[in-house]
Amino acid sequence: MTVATTDRTLMEGSEALVRAAILADCKFFAGYPMTPFTEVLEHFAELLPAVDGVCINAESELEAVGMAWGAVSAGARAATGSTGQGLALMQESFSEATLAEMPIVIFNMSRSQGDYFQATRGGGHGDYRHIVLAPQDVREGVEIVQLAFHLADKWRNPVMIYGDYLLAHTQESVSVEKVDFPPLPPKDWAVDGSTSGTGHSRTVTSLGVAKPGEREFGQEGKAQYIATKMAFLEREVRSESGHCDDAETVIVTFGSAAKFVKYAVAQLRDEGLKVGYVRPITLWPFPMDAVHDAAVGARVVGSFEISSGQMVDDVRIAVAGAAPVEYIGGVSSDHSGFGLGRLLDVDEIRERIRALHEGRPQPVVPGYEEFSYEPLPHQLEGTP
Amino acid sequence: MSTVVKSRGTVTIDVESCKGCDLCIPACPPAVLTMSGPVNKKGYHYPELHPGCTGCAACLMVCPDYCFEVFRFDVPVETEVNA
Amino acid sequence: MSTTIPLGPVLDTTVAPGAGARVVEPQLPRLLFTNTHHLCPGCGEPLAIRALAEALEDLDLVDTAICSLGIGCYTSFSGTVDVELVQALHGRAPSLATGIKRMQPGATVFTLQGDGDMVNEGLQEVLHTAARGESVTCVLLNNGVFGETGGHMTATSVIGQRTKNTIDGRDAAYHGYPILIGDLIARLEGSAYVARGSVHNAGSVARTKKMLKRAFETQRRREGFSFVEVLTMCPTGWFIPTSEGPEYLSSTLGEVHIMGELKADGVIRTTEELHAENVRKAAELDAQLARGGLED
Repeated sequence: MTVATTDRTLMEGSEALVRAAILADCKFFAGYPMTPFTEVLEHFAELLPAVDGVCINAESELEAVGMAWGAVSAGARAATGSTGQGLALMQESFSEATLAEMPIVIFNMSRSQGDYFQATRGGGHGDYRHIVLAPQDVREGVEIVQLAFHLADKWRNPVMIYGDYLLAHTQESVSVEKVDFPPLPPKDWAVDGSTSGTGHSRTVTSLGVAKPGEREFGQEGKAQYIATKMAFLEREVRSESGHCDDAETVIVTFGSAAKFVKYAVAQLRDEGLKVGYVRPITLWPFPMDAVHDAAVGARVVGSFEISSGQMVDDVRIAVAGAAPVEYIGGVSSDHSGFGLGRLLDVDEIRERIRALHEGRPQPVVPGYEEFSYEPLPHQLEGTP
Repeated sequence: MSTVVKSRGTVTIDVESCKGCDLCIPACPPAVLTMSGPVNKKGYHYPELHPGCTGCAACLMVCPDYCFEVFRFDVPVETEVNA
Repeated sequence: MSTTIPLGPVLDTTVAPGAGARVVEPQLPRLLFTNTHHLCPGCGEPLAIRALAEALEDLDLVDTAICSLGIGCYTSFSGTVDVELVQALHGRAPSLATGIKRMQPGATVFTLQGDGDMVNEGLQEVLHTAARGESVTCVLLNNGVFGETGGHMTATSVIGQRTKNTIDGRDAAYHGYPILIGDLIARLEGSAYVARGSVHNAGSVARTKKMLKRAFETQRRREGFSFVEVLTMCPTGWFIPTSEGPEYLSSTLGEVHIMGELKADGVIRTTEELHAENVRKAAELDAQLARGGLED
């Protein structure tokens, strides 16, 4: 059975992402079913055994990340994944594994773009960062999955792939081809038992404890070491900009939403409106320079997200006062709360960009007026 | 009146590593370990050996600080002990 | 048979005897870098770790050994034991061990965890790892308290046991009952060898070392999940003098978490069934020691 398909084949996003992972030599996956991530687990279960890999249905997300941690410590390329709620359970392990320099790849098939904070700020303890890659569609996802495994091993750091329901479930015609990367050093640090009893047995730890002959970090030294390492990861920033040279209005957008925004921007350009976009491909490190450069000549910068507004914080930091920043996205989901909802519509998005460009108030998210929060009197007392 | 006591074995005791837990004393089947009067550098009393050791290594097995090394003589050593 | 030997003079124990004597047991097992550690006086955990190190050596498994280590007082041994080590979070060692063994099937993979770690935080992990029949060995150091944080109740603390948060003694009505983890694991089809040992005296240490060897052999033969629980003294967490540790262990934890093999060669026995057998075995080992040494 060949995993690479050089002919374009119709397949759902999850399958393409998993085939890309296997092309990247991923040999272990552990996960727990949760919509819209479940199909990733299914495809790994189906495809890994044929390449002598192992896929385990873990008893909970906590154990899934633990198993992936064990697998990478033993030298294999390994991954885990879930959606926001499941990733929430994994946070202690995410931060500790970063301290232990574990190259775990994380498939985040989120239920909205409102897990941006969870992904980029991290819900775990301490000074750590994960590289977060957000593909806009399945075709880019195939490359990004392979890049994720490369970057994880390059830096010995967890890397997250931030996807969503659309990415995981859309059937696209795609050819899953191997991407080549520069060579990496061998994993001498990985355990296999062979150095036990030699006086130089390997240690894979997040703690500062050292065996005789090992570098003595101590807890303080380890914290310093990892905190200063994070600064170097910022070299992996990636983004895409379009029509920004003469743009008066710049929209910052990521993931599946970005494809809709780009189409709307093209439509507005056809009408003669000077609109441009910046699409972060790495959510962390956030493309501060690219967003700032686009903002410098613009009248206004808008952040479009399917959430109450999270990336907009990073946009404001990047723009640093060069232009006003406004939020033009909104919460938008479907009946089940799994997908990306009515706001993911080119007409809706185009009119929101037009309103921003023309200095008019944003339309209310369709159908959501009745659910706006109404504070109680005691909650308003004493505050302006 | 004196008795001849046979020592089939003996031990070395890493006195400075001892934390004075006393566990070796009751563990010794012929009861030939007693805790010292003086203390080591950490301030702990430590075990002292008397004739009659059998080299069974029970003391070694119960010592949390790995203070003992246990030996067996090719020919038992005899010691005269006054009652 | 014991006759009291009259106490003779203090002998010189500072130097090894010269010719005419041979080493029965070296001071340090090969796998320990040093005997220096900061665990409390009278702690039972170093005794269990010594037995484990010797078991690996006796079975010639040293150059395959990988430890997935939990979080507790014993974590400090990560700087002392010459075994490949992957440090896990509290309760999470079995899932790491699973990933390690699946990717390095030729290794001898074991966890080392305390009762707070394994039976509180990580109960789900160890049960599922056993249920899946993962070919790893989980080792439980059970002292009935969270030692490292100062002596608090765990899921294995026994009724009446005084801990920092059960100062008047564990009361079933308010704090519930202890979990006998070995019995739970023995009932899972994926487990092949389940045993409970102790280190309160030399005989128990010897018995426990045999259990550890049987567990590792189970792993090497790929018969399924193996598990050894080791009761250890914690005089600090029990608020007693060090010399009372062994007696406290055997009369409190030892009366509930009974020593013996709960599952071996396809036969499952309950904790209750083990009690009678222990009385017989203890007498046997005492006799061997009195005769001058334990048979291997």
